[in-house]
Amino acid sequence: MTARDELPVKGSKTRTQAGYIGKAEPRANAKRLLQGRGSFIDDLRFPRLAQVVFLRSPHAHAKIRKLDFSKARTAPGVIAVVDGRAVAEYCTPWVGVLSHLKGLKSAPQFPIAIDRACWQGEAVAAVVAETRAQAEDACELIVAEYDPLPAVIDMHEALAGRHVIHPDLGDNICFNREVDFGAVEAAFAKADVVVEESYSFGRHTGVCLEGRAILADYNAAEHTLTVHHATQAPHMMQDIFSKHLNIPEANVRVICRDIGGAYGIKVHVYPDEMCTAALSIMLRRPVKFVADRMESFLSDIHAREHKVKVRLAATKAGEILAFDLDDLTAIGPYSVYPRTSGIEGNQVVNLTGGPYKHQNYRAKLNVVFTNKNVTCQYRAVGHPIAVALTEGIVDLAAQKLGMDPAEFRRRNLVPDDAYPYTGAAGMKFELLSHHQCLDKLLALMDYKALRAEQAELRKKGVYRGIGLAAMIEVTNPSPAFYGVGGARISAQDGATLRLEPTGMLTVLSSVTEQGQGTEGIFAQIAATAVGVTMDKVKVITGDTSTTPYGGGTWASRGAGIGGEAVLQAGKALRSNILDIAAAILSVDKATLDVYNNEIIDAASGASRLPLAELGRVAYFRPDTLPMKFQSELMVTRHYTPREYGFTFTNGIQASLVEIHPDTGFVKLLKHWCVEDCGTVINPMLVDEQIRGGVVQGIGGALFEECHYSEDGQLLNASMADYLVPMSGEMPDIVCGHVESPTKSSELGAKGVGEAGTAGAPGAVMNAINDALAPLNARVNSMPFTPERILDALGAANAKG
Amino acid sequence: MKSPAFAYAKPRTLDEACGLLEAHGEESRIIAGGQSLVAMLNLRLAAPGLLVDINAIEGLGGISVQGDRLVIGALVRHREIEQSGMVAENCPLLAQAAPHIAHVAIRNSGTIGGSIALADPAAEWPACCLALDATFRLVSKKGERRVAARDFFKGLFATALRPAELVAAIEIPLLPNHRSVFLELARRRGDYAIVGLAALARPEGGRLHDVRLAYLGGGDAPILARHAMQAAEGKPPAADLSAELARDLSPLADLENRAATKLHLANVLARRALAALAA
Repeated sequence: MTARDELPVKGSKTRTQAGYIGKAEPRANAKRLLQGRGSFIDDLRFPRLAQVVFLRSPHAHAKIRKLDFSKARTAPGVIAVVDGRAVAEYCTPWVGVLSHLKGLKSAPQFPIAIDRACWQGEAVAAVVAETRAQAEDACELIVAEYDPLPAVIDMHEALAGRHVIHPDLGDNICFNREVDFGAVEAAFAKADVVVEESYSFGRHTGVCLEGRAILADYNAAEHTLTVHHATQAPHMMQDIFSKHLNIPEANVRVICRDIGGAYGIKVHVYPDEMCTAALSIMLRRPVKFVADRMESFLSDIHAREHKVKVRLAATKAGEILAFDLDDLTAIGPYSVYPRTSGIEGNQVVNLTGGPYKHQNYRAKLNVVFTNKNVTCQYRAVGHPIAVALTEGIVDLAAQKLGMDPAEFRRRNLVPDDAYPYTGAAGMKFELLSHHQCLDKLLALMDYKALRAEQAELRKKGVYRGIGLAAMIEVTNPSPAFYGVGGARISAQDGATLRLEPTGMLTVLSSVTEQGQGTEGIFAQIAATAVGVTMDKVKVITGDTSTTPYGGGTWASRGAGIGGEAVLQAGKALRSNILDIAAAILSVDKATLDVYNNEIIDAASGASRLPLAELGRVAYFRPDTLPMKFQSELMVTRHYTPREYGFTFTNGIQASLVEIHPDTGFVKLLKHWCVEDCGTVINPMLVDEQIRGGVVQGIGGALFEECHYSEDGQLLNASMADYLVPMSGEMPDIVCGHVESPTKSSELGAKGVGEAGTAGAPGAVMNAINDALAPLNARVNSMPFTPERILDALGAANAKG
Repeated sequence: MKSPAFAYAKPRTLDEACGLLEAHGEESRIIAGGQSLVAMLNLRLAAPGLLVDINAIEGLGGISVQGDRLVIGALVRHREIEQSGMVAENCPLLAQAAPHIAHVAIRNSGTIGGSIALADPAAEWPACCLALDATFRLVSKKGERRVAARDFFKGLFATALRPAELVAAIEIPLLPNHRSVFLELARRRGDYAIVGLAALARPEGGRLHDVRLAYLGGGDAPILARHAMQAAEGKPPAADLSAELARDLSPLADLENRAATKLHLANVLARRALAALAA
């Protein structure tokens, strides 16, 4: 029985509607945003609001020899010009480490660089003025002189350590890890087939429609700090502002208004944002920082940038015996606080080979410092790397064995009846559905017909390719992700539900909304659990002063964790409502139910009492209720996933492409994704999460790369030169679902925010290589630009 | 980022505009559609003291056929050209090229005069004007002069425009017996092309005459590929002009393409264009 069958919560012998779980309900905030009535941080108007801009280092690595602010300080509208030392008086430095990533190290990081800049784009001074334009004018008047230092740009050079970025750390290795499970050497020794390939993944970033934004408002009289912040984790930021700015936690309030996309970009501590908060304290007035597009490219976290060698051992019969992995990844000069920059590489180690039933696995990971912008967790953290290299080498093995790639996967995917199951990398899976998903995908895309068409077209010189990518995805993380490592990041979330006197339902959740529709699904769950219609529900998120305490939005946790808290609070509120109804009506509570905004007789369905009448009595005429009875129309419940470290999901994607061998251009013809996120709360939102994720994955596979020069200059910090995927080039994306609800919660929902991004790059890569196979070419460096494909084909012969 | 402060003038006549340009010299910049200049201002790559907005000047707009020429005023927006029946009928190359210029919102605002005056080597109109052997009407306080497109483009953002002179109109000879093709290779629709080609020829019995191949993205200016044109002249469509194009073009490497890759792609475009012209 799935959660959908059990909901809404039913009294005995009740006839009720099926509830809103599983329905494609439109979300309440979509219309508001479409009408331009969103309220983003840059829309806020405050008296005495000052704006800060930053002078950023033009060098990848340099000693700051001189900063002369004399001209800037006298420019029109300027309020203050400060360096790193001045800001450090108000904000303590931080170090991005986690104790459960053993040996992970980093250096103290300040809001503004002191004496030395470690990447091009690191702030070295801040100018506060009445307007942004005035601050930018003044910024140009700062005289800054630098002594360039050797810049470590290449990750192999970083590993070799000729120049050490932070001499106190001894070397450039932030984190390393080796695992060896089973008998890898023996497996490779007895294998009939061994395949090996190296893959490289370009550095890219998450491009949010709204840049990072913060408005900090310090009130000296109360010693309070109110921060309007485009963040995914308001309570985490409250804790961090409190700690580093030395203000009691209760005096710090973080408010999230509308947020224009986040994708993990807005869940980290950024030096310029900490500086903005510190400046508000220093200047005792509200100060705003909104990153412009160039600053976003230079200072929003980047991600990926891996060079990986992977080997696979298999038998002639097509059984995978072992994976052997060596991953090198570069993260910039600091491990980002407080989540660290070791997680992405760690995820690659945890997830490689994840869908398959081999028992032998070895992996080596090196995470190194470089003098480029920092990298950290961005949508699907590590998954796109792990899935692509796993699925790339699986396809190569199938090719070598002469076996159809779908059939090869079928022989090796963990069987659907094997759960609970522990994979070779030690990951524990509660319940996955690889085979159901594979079958559904092959039927959905009509795999056989596509293969036949592909063969026909090849005879006509048309090169089409079909690529598959099976995947597992980390969702609903328990405290095992960050909390056990000492980070003050909540893995639990809470929901408060309040029945208003008119019968309206207010929902307050600690999970945040950045455009993904969280508030919409919480309204569906709350309406279903309590027994009201959707139009009665108002959801409030993103305010540390009013919502329950929780982790916010990251790692595909909003629906599964926050949603379960809403469900439990809703069930409790429904019970409390029935207590009041029983008191008013002087009947046994068990004979009543809540349905369609009314108390009904559970047996007959007859209407007994509108909720608005119940609310009137409970709030305004409690004197009419029995003497000892106190109504409770506000209920809070929390939820923490604990049984498993992560609630894994699974799925499989397919890509159909056509390659033009004379130009190297790839045309994306179609894309499919079948995944299993457990209980589907809103199929429309789930599909759009998948589609949006697939598009971001395709971005990494074909378009997006942060290009750096040899001396560490970011060469494409604009929307003209950094190619985000655009709708014109995107294929139709067909979604399918298998539902295996998690038993760890009553709702049964797993996460879905990252599956699309996780699997798309691997599927596209395999499709390209499938198309190139008859031309004896293969590519393995993302993004797959036309030139890289031409190079593989040997078509663009001369090297310029 | 925010633009640095500048003064702004909106003259009503050409004479007034030319006077302002002359009085303020290099401190002044003309603004029409603003699709390149505003971005440069906001990135603080340009900091003119005075913007001379020419949008209110009468006589700089309009598309008309005058004798054996199609005349397009400098203020005509890309989108007007794209949607003009007169252009489609009299100079199909321009109608073919227009949809490749950036995106609709940009085409609604950007002007052909601005594109010619800026002379971005990756822009569509300069290459089209080379292929069509267009002539530009340039005006200044000293009066009007006419300069052939083939003498106008001098290099990277460099033209024959003199200080305080502006582009008033583009004159395009009518070529009723020619066929045209516009091709470009861009990663995403609307991007600047890696390389593009404006091609014209008069087909006759499977052979191509008066072949004109003008490239964008083939060097630091729009380039008429004279050796390739000569090699293709009077013949059936050529399969490989790579040797000739190597002499004609000197593409600049970009972040994702070496010069050699662009040359290869230029040759692919030539092959496709010539085949289409003869078809």
